[in-house]
Amino acid sequence: MGSTGSFRETYGKTLIELGKGNADIVVLDADVSHSTMTHYFASQFPERFFNCGIAEQNMISIAGGLASSGKIPFASAFAVFVPGRCFDQIRISIAQPHLNVKLVATHGGITVGEDGASHQAIEDLSLMCSLPSFTVIVPADATETALALKTAAITEGPFYIRLCRLEGKVIYDENYRFNLGKANMLKTGSDVTIIAIGLMVAPACEIADNLKPEGINCRVLNMSTLKPIDEMAIKQAAIETGAIVTVEEHLEHGGLGSEVASVIAKNHPVPMEMIAIKDTYAQSGKPAELLEYYGLTTKGIEQAVRTVLKRKKS
Amino acid sequence: MSTETASLSVTELQNTAKRLRRHIIYMIGTAGSGHPGGSLSAVEIITTLYFKIMHHKPGAPHWTERDRFVLSKGHAAPVLYATLAECGYFPKENLATLRKLGSDLQGHTDCNGTPGVEMSAGSLGQGLSFSIGITLAGRLNKQNYRVYTLLGDGECDEGQVWEAAMSAAHFKVDSLTAIVDKNGLQIDGWTKDIMNSEPFTDKWKSFGWHTIEVDGHDFNQLIDAFEQAKTIKGKPTIIIAHTIKGKGVSFMENKVDFHGKAPNPVQVEQALKELA
Repeated sequence: MGSTGSFRETYGKTLIELGKGNADIVVLDADVSHSTMTHYFASQFPERFFNCGIAEQNMISIAGGLASSGKIPFASAFAVFVPGRCFDQIRISIAQPHLNVKLVATHGGITVGEDGASHQAIEDLSLMCSLPSFTVIVPADATETALALKTAAITEGPFYIRLCRLEGKVIYDENYRFNLGKANMLKTGSDVTIIAIGLMVAPACEIADNLKPEGINCRVLNMSTLKPIDEMAIKQAAIETGAIVTVEEHLEHGGLGSEVASVIAKNHPVPMEMIAIKDTYAQSGKPAELLEYYGLTTKGIEQAVRTVLKRKKS
Repeated sequence: MSTETASLSVTELQNTAKRLRRHIIYMIGTAGSGHPGGSLSAVEIITTLYFKIMHHKPGAPHWTERDRFVLSKGHAAPVLYATLAECGYFPKENLATLRKLGSDLQGHTDCNGTPGVEMSAGSLGQGLSFSIGITLAGRLNKQNYRVYTLLGDGECDEGQVWEAAMSAAHFKVDSLTAIVDKNGLQIDGWTKDIMNSEPFTDKWKSFGWHTIEVDGHDFNQLIDAFEQAKTIKGKPTIIIAHTIKGKGVSFMENKVDFHGKAPNPVQVEQALKELA
C-alpha cells in the first residue's frame, strides 16, 4: 500500500478509453476541465466535448437533453457545484425522468484543503443519496475509479461518482473486480466492522492491521456503492461482528453513517460509532492538518473502535 | 397510425384551436385545479407547431427523425395534453384523468408516462438548456430534426434561461427555435411590475439570437415566423409571441387570478358556451 494514484488523472484517461469504444459518449464541463481532467477527452474528441462555461445549471439540463436523445453524457465540475449549485436541475432534468447521465464530481470532501469551506463538498453525498433513481459511488482508489466509470458507462441510469482532489493510496491491483452495489471485504474479522468510503478506506485497513496483535479482529468493508447500499453485507456485519464503525469524509448527516445506521436499525441494531464531520463547516488548511483536526485519521478510527467495543460488552 | 399529421389550413387551425380551448377548460374544470391562463395563451402557438410546422407521427412517438417540442413552462401541461390527444397520441377520454391518482397526465409534464412528452418540467427555466442538449445530439447524429421550445415570459426571470441563451448562440444551434408566450402576467401580477424584463427583444438580440415578434394569436404571422426560422443559419431563433393570458374566455383574459385557479362548474359552463 505504499504507492499512490490520482483519481482525477484516472478519470481523464478512462474517458478517452470509453470515448474510443463508444461514439455515443459525450463529455461536458463547466470551465474546470484542467482540474477535472476532462481536457484529455476534449483534445481527443473536440466535437463530443461541450465546455459550458461557468454555468453548471445549464450544463446539467443540457446533459439531460443529450441523454434523452440517446447520448451518454459524462458531466463534470467540482462537487460543491455539482450537485451543490444545481440540485434542482439534477432533480428535474435527470433524476425524475431517469436519464442516462453520469455526473462525475471531483474535489469532494475537506481534503480540497486550502481553498476552504466554500470549496469543500461535505453535503454532496447526502444530496445525491436523497434522489430516487440515482446510483452513488465513492471509489476508494484509482483502480476502483476506472472500474466504476466503466461500469457506469454500460449501466443504464443516472450515476453520481465522487472523486477527490488528492492522490490516494493504491488499495487494489489489476485483479480487482468492481461489483456494483456490493461492499468489498478488505479484511476479515469477527470483533467489529469498519465500513469506509473514499480516502478513508486506506486508514481503515491500516488500523485493522495495527489492532490485530492485540487480538482485536476488525472486518473492513469498502462501501464504494453508497446507493443502492449493500444491505446484506451490513446486516451480516451486524450479526457476525456485533459492532460497527463508519468512516467518511462527509457530514455525519445523510452520508455513509446515516445510511448504515438506517439498515442496522431496521434489521439488527448493534452499537455503532460514526466518524464524520459533525454539523459544521470546515476551514482552510493542509489536507493532512484538516483530517487530523476533524478526527478523520487512523487515531480517530482506533478510538472509535475501542469505544464501540466497550459499548458492545456492556 | 405511424404516418405524419396532416398540415391544416388556417381555417382548420382556427377550429382546432377552439377545440383545444374547450379541452383545456373541461380538463381543468374536471380536475378542480390547474393552470388555465397560460394554457389558453399558448393555444395558437402550439396548434401551429403540431398541425402545420412539425414533422411527427402520433402513432410512433419515439420516431427518431421527429421534430421535438419541449414545453419549458410545464404548468401549461393542459394545452400540451389537449394537443397530443387531438393529434392521436392517446385517447381524448384520458383528458378527464388530468391530475388524478394513477393518471399519465400529471399536474406538470412527466415524460416517463405520457406519449409525446419530451421533457419533465414544472421547475421553470430548464427547458431551453434541455433543448440545447437535444439539438446537439441531433447534430452529432447527423439528423435533421428541429427543436421547438416554449417558454413563458415570467419564466425568463430564471437565470438559467440566460445561461442557456448565451450557450445556444455559442454552440450555434440553428435548428433550435424558442418561442416566448409573452402574455405579460406572472403569478404575482404584471411582469413589468414584478420583474421588468424589458427591453426583452433587445436582450435576446444581444445574446446572439435571431428575433422575430408576432401576434401570438395570429396563425399567418406564426406560420411565417416558423418558416423564417428554418432559413436562419448559424444562430438560434426566438419568436416573441405577444399573447393574452386566458385568451378566448372573456372572464379569464388578462386576469392573473386564473394563472393557477380552476374554473368552478358555473364558470366551466359559461366558458364552454363562449367557445362553442
